[in-house]
Amino acid sequence: MIVESSGTLTRLAGPVAEAAGLRDARLYNVVRVGRRRLIGEVIRLHVDRTVIQIYEDTSGLQVGSSVIDTGEPLTVELGPGLLGRVFDGVQRPLPALAADESGPFGRPFIRRGIELPSIDRDRSWDITFCVKEGDRVTSGDVLATTPETSALDHRILVPVGVSGRITSLGKATAQAEDPVVWIDGAPVPMTTRWPVRRRRPASLRLDPSAPLITGQRVVDTLFPLARGGSATIPGGFGTGKTVHEQTLAKWADADVIVYVACGERGNELAQVLEEFPNLEDPRTGAPLMERTILIANTSNMPVAAREASIYTGITIAEYYRDQGYDVALLADSTSRWGEALREVSSRLEEMPGEEGYPAYLPSRLSEFYERAGAVMSLGSEPRAGSVSVVGAVSPPGGDFSEPVTQYSLRLAGTFWSLDGDLARRRHFPAIHWTRSYSLYDLGAWFDESVADDWTEQRGWALEVLGQEEELQNIVQLLGIDVLAPNERVTFQTGRILREDFMQQSAFDEIDAFCPLGKQYWMLRVIHRFHEQLFGKVDESTDIDRATSLGVLADIARMRSWPPDEAEARGRDLIARIDQEVGSL
Amino acid sequence: MMLRRGLHTTELQTVSYVSGPLIFADRADGVHLGEVVEVVAPDGEIRRGQVLEVDRDRAVIEVYAGTRGLDLATTRVRLGGDAARLGVGRDVLGRMLDGSGTPIDGGPPVMPEAFWEVNGLPINPAARAYPREFIETGVSAIDGLNTLVRGQKLPIFSGFGLPAGELAAQIATEARVGDSSGEDFVVVFAAMGITHREAAFFRTTLEDSGQLHRTVLFMNLADDPTIERLLTPRLALTTAEYLAFQQDFHVLAILTDMTNYCEALREVATAREEVPGRRGYPGYMYTDLASLYERAGRLHGHAGSVTQLIIVSMPDDDITHPIPDLSGYITEGQIVLSRELHRQGISPPIDVLPSLSRLMNAGIGEDKTRRDHRQVADQLYALYAGGRDLRRLVTIIGEASLSESDRRYLAFAEAFEKRFVNQEGRRSIIETLDIAWQLLSSFPDEDLKRIDPGLIAAHRT
Repeated sequence: MIVESSGTLTRLAGPVAEAAGLRDARLYNVVRVGRRRLIGEVIRLHVDRTVIQIYEDTSGLQVGSSVIDTGEPLTVELGPGLLGRVFDGVQRPLPALAADESGPFGRPFIRRGIELPSIDRDRSWDITFCVKEGDRVTSGDVLATTPETSALDHRILVPVGVSGRITSLGKATAQAEDPVVWIDGAPVPMTTRWPVRRRRPASLRLDPSAPLITGQRVVDTLFPLARGGSATIPGGFGTGKTVHEQTLAKWADADVIVYVACGERGNELAQVLEEFPNLEDPRTGAPLMERTILIANTSNMPVAAREASIYTGITIAEYYRDQGYDVALLADSTSRWGEALREVSSRLEEMPGEEGYPAYLPSRLSEFYERAGAVMSLGSEPRAGSVSVVGAVSPPGGDFSEPVTQYSLRLAGTFWSLDGDLARRRHFPAIHWTRSYSLYDLGAWFDESVADDWTEQRGWALEVLGQEEELQNIVQLLGIDVLAPNERVTFQTGRILREDFMQQSAFDEIDAFCPLGKQYWMLRVIHRFHEQLFGKVDESTDIDRATSLGVLADIARMRSWPPDEAEARGRDLIARIDQEVGSL
Repeated sequence: MMLRRGLHTTELQTVSYVSGPLIFADRADGVHLGEVVEVVAPDGEIRRGQVLEVDRDRAVIEVYAGTRGLDLATTRVRLGGDAARLGVGRDVLGRMLDGSGTPIDGGPPVMPEAFWEVNGLPINPAARAYPREFIETGVSAIDGLNTLVRGQKLPIFSGFGLPAGELAAQIATEARVGDSSGEDFVVVFAAMGITHREAAFFRTTLEDSGQLHRTVLFMNLADDPTIERLLTPRLALTTAEYLAFQQDFHVLAILTDMTNYCEALREVATAREEVPGRRGYPGYMYTDLASLYERAGRLHGHAGSVTQLIIVSMPDDDITHPIPDLSGYITEGQIVLSRELHRQGISPPIDVLPSLSRLMNAGIGEDKTRRDHRQVADQLYALYAGGRDLRRLVTIIGEASLSESDRRYLAFAEAFEKRFVNQEGRRSIIETLDIAWQLLSSFPDEDLKRIDPGLIAAHRT
């Protein structure tokens, strides 16, 4: 039984307020503030006062404004109808807010105190039941399915903590609030709620063993991310964080993408909203938007809701994971989330930790990253599902020694290090090859699924890139003349790897997505070139003549190979390399 | 006065603290957070202020015009409960106002058609239309490599003594969009703490180009009240939003200089004894700057647009300083000016390598500029970056040991700065791209890796 208790505001500073009279408030309960019923959350309790953070602009509130405790924590609505939608940090549907005609400014500006259901109440869903009357069910069992999109069947599960016997079935066509079934006489509605700050339970955590394929050569080949793993991608402004996150949102082979735009630019979101409905999901052919859920709290939207947006996103991700799907959560950027924590903390006059961030920054970050994972769901027939997390970080001044970057590095298994220097010379993705790493052991998967010498080719590429970097340092000091012939070969191959393999255009129709088979053949061609040229070192051949070989232009254009011709073209190019280099 | 005088129903004479930009007023029941107040000085002068914080006992108020001459005993604070609102109307075109919106051109008061809250409301990202209309600024380094589009926010990162103002003024007077007559184009100019000389330069340039009647100037100059700088850009952007989204104008808002704005922000934060962030700037500076910069864009169902050109002077030319750094994280790219190029007489001295326009791709190409634009831009970047690297090398090992190919890169970098970046007068985008092809002609085809062979063949002369 929820009892609403009420109090009054006693202090206001930015997004933080204090109230008196809320004696029964629990930590993290949601409150409604003032005449407009702004959404807030209890973040600290004292005997005589309650501290709350408010998820909407607080100007115009006054001491004495009412505060009502709803008795519930901050929750999200979970059910069919989330895919393809855009929400703010506390899961209000943004297009519906924009469609609302009332108010002095008209539609395009976000007004305050608007309550709208997250999930459309009027939409009907065709239900296919997976249980019948009399069945015994337990938490996590699939009750029914409904085609949420053309590519994804939404599985309606027995809610956590519920078990018993199905006493009756609901209608074959249901709306959000309709019961799907009755369990022991109690209705189970199609839409459920879950508190965002609590992780959803699973029966077993699995070790990540397969990669999340992204079609990005530098990612898949060199620094792969595991399905159910986590990656961090720090970079100064202009190094391509957002383009990279959007590229992953487009091409990663996940069933569901949750994209959290946290404190970033409004126009970037407009781009996603205009672009995604017209792009095809490479796996299903359905519009990309149909597998995407956007949580948007742009930089000019209220700062406390920015803090909540990360939790809203990951809770929705876990919900689809529990249905047995692979979900990728892309958060851009976790720094803005950290700054929201810092802003609220400083209004609370807490003792600051590093660089003004609160001392609990690392524990909050680890709570977030550890909600990534591959799991077996609850239920009598557990399903495998995963949430992979990619967190962008925006270090001040591009300096990675700052707290958010450092704590993220401690938690994430894959590190894509964006480099300002590469970005300035328009080497994209600007992921630096000697500083990045992947701790996931996925070699066995690649050797089995793509080519049995995948790990070997990858190892060779990393080795050459490492050597080339050292040679670069020497050449920059002393010129290329000091390099021995074998070093010149490495120097040249390193350059080919950098320019013709690692660089990849996110805006080129063919190059934007490079399947694993094509990645493999591109790498194998470069490796062969290297071997052939290396074989010439002892024969007193002038290695520099190799810089004018005709095959180099063909190597540079491998990126525009149609993927299904990669093997044939690769074999053909290798034959020509053998011939041209051989005749040097 | 353009800033609306509210109905000030309550008056307090309970000032208990005066220091720097702040005053505290006690027994402030019913004060609204963020409301605009009138502070009546002992000599009867009325100053505007804003409530930053309230609790049961007192309100913390920042006074835009400063607190000099205020006292505890007789200073009064009038409350009205309303947020700061600005009178907006078409009438404002051609006018010059001070940093809090009062006309200073000797003309009559501005006739407001409506009063809009100066803090604005966040634009719903779902209501935004993605910017994709090419603005031809006439500057090759911008049009060719860092293309500006309508609805973009692009800062010019400058250093003290570099001609950022000249560049902004040039864009304001020479920018064109497609074959439009330019009748729907207006400029809203917000000066924050700039010198009389700089302000006069802008005004004269706009006047000489015959554009003053399509311009609104908000002037907070170096000797005007510091805290007023927090208000000035908000007035300018409110005016810009009104002209764009209510009157269908394409507005170019020029904000200069954000460094002065941020210093005013720091002054208030310090006076409130807040925990300082990097270099003493408040931790919420990102959010605060975003509340200005995000007021640019295009909206579905509205013809107008707000494009922002923001001038940021980098203290000590340091791009990692918090002001340019946080700006760069919010804006859609940046134009970076270089002291070295300026010294060499390159004008405008734009260093294209750290410069970037994030919205370029949507604004260029076949029907907008030319089909080869993207690839030519990428190629120029790659070759120029190569040439710049070699310059460093030459200072160490001398030019004699360079290969023929290396020398080509060096010569290109030189020619690129002198013939492409450097320019006199306006260039169309076609002229810009043609110069690019002239420069590329010194390289053999296989060095032009970023350009499709078909395009190379079509443009080789």
